[in-house]
Amino acid sequence: MALLGFAVACGGDDSSTPTLTWYINPDPNPPPDFEGAFGQAGIAERCSTDRYTIKTELLPGSASEQRIQLARRLAADDSSIDLMSLDPVFTAEFSDAEFLEPYSDEEQAALSEDVLQGAIDGATWEDSLVVAPLWANTQVLWYRKSVTDAAGLDMTQPVTWEQIIAAASDNDATVGVQANRYEGYVVWINALITGAGGSIITDVEEGSDAAVTLDTEAGTAAARVIENLASSRAAMADLSVSNEGTVLGPFGEEGGGFIVNWTFVYNNYAAGDVIDDIGWARYPATVEGEESRPPIGGINIGIGAFSDHPELAKEAVACMTSEEQQIQYAVETANMPARESAYESAELNEQFPQDLLELWRESIETAGPRPATPYWSTVVNAMLGGWHPAASVDPESTPAGSDEFVADVLSGDALS
Amino acid sequence: MTTVTATPALAAKTSDRTRAENRLGWKLVAPAVVMMLLVTAYPMFRALYLSLFRYRLTAPDDREFTGISNYVSVLTDSLWWTDVFNTVLIMVATVAVELVIGFAFAMVMHRIIFAKGIVRTSILIPYGIITVVSAFAWQFAFSLNNGFVNGWLPFVGDDYNWFGGRWSAIFAICVSEIWKTTPFMSLLLLAGLSQIPEEMLEAAKVDGATWWQRLFRVILPNMKAAIMVAVLFRALDAFRIFDNIFVMTRGAQDTESVSFLTYRQVIEQFELGVGSALSVLLFLSVLLIAFTLVKLFKVDLASARGEK
Repeated sequence: MALLGFAVACGGDDSSTPTLTWYINPDPNPPPDFEGAFGQAGIAERCSTDRYTIKTELLPGSASEQRIQLARRLAADDSSIDLMSLDPVFTAEFSDAEFLEPYSDEEQAALSEDVLQGAIDGATWEDSLVVAPLWANTQVLWYRKSVTDAAGLDMTQPVTWEQIIAAASDNDATVGVQANRYEGYVVWINALITGAGGSIITDVEEGSDAAVTLDTEAGTAAARVIENLASSRAAMADLSVSNEGTVLGPFGEEGGGFIVNWTFVYNNYAAGDVIDDIGWARYPATVEGEESRPPIGGINIGIGAFSDHPELAKEAVACMTSEEQQIQYAVETANMPARESAYESAELNEQFPQDLLELWRESIETAGPRPATPYWSTVVNAMLGGWHPAASVDPESTPAGSDEFVADVLSGDALS
Repeated sequence: MTTVTATPALAAKTSDRTRAENRLGWKLVAPAVVMMLLVTAYPMFRALYLSLFRYRLTAPDDREFTGISNYVSVLTDSLWWTDVFNTVLIMVATVAVELVIGFAFAMVMHRIIFAKGIVRTSILIPYGIITVVSAFAWQFAFSLNNGFVNGWLPFVGDDYNWFGGRWSAIFAICVSEIWKTTPFMSLLLLAGLSQIPEEMLEAAKVDGATWWQRLFRVILPNMKAAIMVAVLFRALDAFRIFDNIFVMTRGAQDTESVSFLTYRQVIEQFELGVGSALSVLLFLSVLLIAFTLVKLFKVDLASARGEK
């Protein structure tokens, strides 16, 4: 049996059926009773035809490390990358470096048909769709109903950061955010700044000469929220090293209050008893009266510029990002579809509460994306220098100091 | 320290045979030298060349010759000097502590009579563990969520975040580094210790020297070369510290070392120009430390290996 499997696997390589290698980011763990290929590996299996086989290769866990591995391979013209799962924030950098095989106008139209605007924005660089949206991620506010009830907070209305921090402090509960020294912390800062009507940088098409706009009212408003949380009793003890994973434990236990986190959180609690006490609402507002701009993420599929089979890869992408595949992928992983009509599907509505699906869809549509710039990683590093740890953030000095520093780093005058 | 002193006449006279042996020696090492040049000299000169450019891996077409401006911006940057300070601090602290503990271990390994194998092995185990693994082990130990250090130390609160402050994080990094490399130090010291003739110690004992006098007047002066070699090797290693910081703090809270800064510029930010300048500076720093230690303390590497 083993020998037979070996023979078949070998036959696939040297016969006329080409193999497309798809570099994927890790999917969540499959549930214990799951059988067969899960997540993106499942998509690969279902989209393989008798003319090509799609094989998956696993990338590291963090988005930054995925970028490093892919970029280093592509900079060396690696032809083994036919397809890659790419975080939207690296779209600009990869496209600018000509690492991606471009899509024709018709292909772009087909790939963006029925796709939520937030997902299209993250897949676009210089007015072209350069990668194909597979799924879209967004952050919402997850809360413990017992805490909001005790605090008398009306969660049917938009809430502000100030309100939830006060509600948590008054009820011995915590507010969980991502504030370790990593990209996720800048995701939070970016959401706070865009929520106040600003942005970290503008004129992104200028590359390293982009204008830094941190020393603004929006930057100060963001710093005020961070200072407020870091100095309150609601901050988790490990605030300075917290990430998407570390906040899950404390939130699900006694003393949990609020967390902002991605869509995967639902599956994390769905099987337990605590789910009855968990509510969800739109991402908190930075300033009262102004609609929040939740973070958006997800994964897009890019075709390697040095692939030996770009035409086959394009065919594969059409299947991989089809509505049918997106629905099954979402049911398995709680990673939400990029195509809007998928949200109406019976499978998704059976798996997830309807109001949650509606919240996610709306959140993706009105999200505040991270600036699309080839220098995003440089910006992140420079931002962390000024804003980490959260307890050191001072609304008076941090935005102005960071503004100057990020500009210096971008122009190569300072190290970060 | 050597008792054999070559007479000038003997040293000056080089016979045909010696010259032939020399030539043979060169021929024998030639393949290795060529290999070394290929795999080390080429990257070194390449780094030197790249350090004169503003060059980003993801924007190869924008490569631009900028002369020594990368060096100027690095050397005038406060981050560089913060990282140099951290690195020197970690180097001095860990080497000093390791020297003392390592010496104690070397004495134990040298003098022990019963269960020699077991004791020597257990002292050497940490050195056999991969640095990344030991860094993870210590990170878990100091971790706020699942660590035991807070519970064990009576004067530390249970909610103390070791990685939340600069000095406490550097302390944790140093502990991990010391735990992992002390055995290496003690191995080198053990080699020096076993070179001291037993008769010398016995003579000192007969003359009425106390234990401390024997240690400071007989043992230490006779192991000077071994000590300096141990310090030199460990200092150079410690100056290049990377794994522990990478795993434990990722450079957060200003705990970054010079190697880590170089890694971030080259690998994470793809800034090949600045990164190469940093690696050249790192190389020069290591050379400087080696040179200073060798010249200042007049360490003779050959004599420590017993070649002279």
